[in-house]
Amino acid sequence: MSLRTPIGRVLGLGTAKEGAAHWWSQRVSAVALVLLGLWLVGALVALGDFSHASVIEFIGRPFNAVLLALLVGTAVYHSQLGVQVVLEDYVAHHATKIVSMLLLNFLHVALAALGIFAVLRIAFGAVS
Amino acid sequence: MALSILHRLTGVGLSIGLVLLVYWLVAAASGAEAYAQAQRVFAHPLVRLLLVGVSFAFFYHLLNGTRHLVWDAGYGFEKKTARISGWLAFLGGLLLTASFWAAVSFRQGGLQ
Repeated sequence: MSLRTPIGRVLGLGTAKEGAAHWWSQRVSAVALVLLGLWLVGALVALGDFSHASVIEFIGRPFNAVLLALLVGTAVYHSQLGVQVVLEDYVAHHATKIVSMLLLNFLHVALAALGIFAVLRIAFGAVS
Repeated sequence: MALSILHRLTGVGLSIGLVLLVYWLVAAASGAEAYAQAQRVFAHPLVRLLLVGVSFAFFYHLLNGTRHLVWDAGYGFEKKTARISGWLAFLGGLLLTASFWAAVSFRQGGLQ
């Protein structure tokens, strides 16, 4: 005999009603990443040598810094959305799924913060 | 087609590539010494191999992702069209990977 009422047991077991937003966000970030990704490829080829001085000089330009920060932010967001779907699909054990999703969520936020901070630090001239 | 799982695999591979990108940026932001250490890490043959893998994952995921966006728009579902576009994404991915590394090493004045 449970203390929970029959209605309490079934409430909230339907859809989360947020699937469309997740799906759409994944597409929007995908389109943005096509553009930002192609820019990065061109930029890496144009960079030529990967010496510290050239990299600092490259990221020191406002346009490059902003695009790079946007790229890191969008790529981390898109990665978070994708990895979430992979975990939802392949991790059957409920607790393992929730914990791994939580950990990967933290990792993604940390990755975005680190990447964007690094770009800004260089862009604001704190690195010589 | 059998390659459909490759989209997810390359997606997960790109998440790892993102860690490498952020490592590179953080190393550059930490100063010349940290950057030199990162350059030694990136020069390791196994890491080079990983970078080639990540670059293929990038180009394949880019092309196949575009294919998915075309599907989302409601086009390209014919069996023959879908098979051809699938192979185009795969071969295009290989071609772009090879071209990218050729361009990078050409810009650096030959293979290191």
